[in-house]
Amino acid sequence: MRELSIPQGDFMLGAVDRKILAKLQGDFPICERPYAEAAGQIGISEDELLQRLQQLLADKVLTRFGPMFQIEEMGGAFVLAALVAPEERYDEVTALVNELPEVAHNYRREHALNMWFVLATETKDGIAEAIARIERDTGLAVYAFPKEREFFVEMKLEAR
Amino acid sequence: MIDDTDRALIVATQGGLPLVPRPYHALAEQLALSADEVMHRLKTMLETGIIRRIGAVPNHYAIGWTANGMTVWDVADKQVDELGARIGALDFVTHCYRRPRALPAWPYNLFAMVHGASRDECSAKATEIRSLLGDACRQSDILYSTKILKKSGLRIGS
Repeated sequence: MRELSIPQGDFMLGAVDRKILAKLQGDFPICERPYAEAAGQIGISEDELLQRLQQLLADKVLTRFGPMFQIEEMGGAFVLAALVAPEERYDEVTALVNELPEVAHNYRREHALNMWFVLATETKDGIAEAIARIERDTGLAVYAFPKEREFFVEMKLEAR
Repeated sequence: MIDDTDRALIVATQGGLPLVPRPYHALAEQLALSADEVMHRLKTMLETGIIRRIGAVPNHYAIGWTANGMTVWDVADKQVDELGARIGALDFVTHCYRRPRALPAWPYNLFAMVHGASRDECSAKATEIRSLLGDACRQSDILYSTKILKKSGLRIGS
């Protein structure tokens, strides 16, 4: 997965927050005072970094701050799946799908297949179980699109 | 593979690191481990790839990437791996995967995510992908996301 640069433009982030986002999407230190070390690289105090991270999380600019895990590396599975949710049932189906802790992300997309979600389970068998449960709860067919091959170059883009 | 202590560490950090000056010490206290052990285990998980990275996970919409297109392509089976590697190497493609088709509903076997400040920007990127694929591509589509319904990331049970 490649990092996105932060577009210039008309939105609320100030210069310091942009710098935090540009510098802290990876490589957060593992040491006694990691926030102090990271803050030093950004040119602010440890206190300010902690406060700003808290605010960015509260404003939902960040969805999380911490480790991103690769469940396949611990014997689990990560599978993209989709379904066709009838418009009049969209909210109800969303609630039923999101209720499963195995659903890591869920996006509405413009297509006949209008709900796309990622299932993350601790065991390979967990995927089939989660799909069966969603099909049972919603009465809708779930299409699974497990990755057969991943193509990517790991790199980070600078803010443009 | 991971042991019970690693698993406890994952459960304790999957929602985020503590926002305190000594986060690894705070985790150590919570899990009744030494801070050195917490840091050593996290470093090992980074090295083995169990942790992809540690840092900020931005909401794409909130940082200005308001157009998010999942471009999908029906590419000849014989060429999909070679072409997929070239698409994945494009600097604007953030993820690229080969996935199974689900015929007849879903004829596409190559997925590439593109992001932009507008749909025009995404479709210009899709046009670049299209020209790389050439005759090997039979049909394609872009599925734009219109709403994040959930984005919690991994959540394993404690």
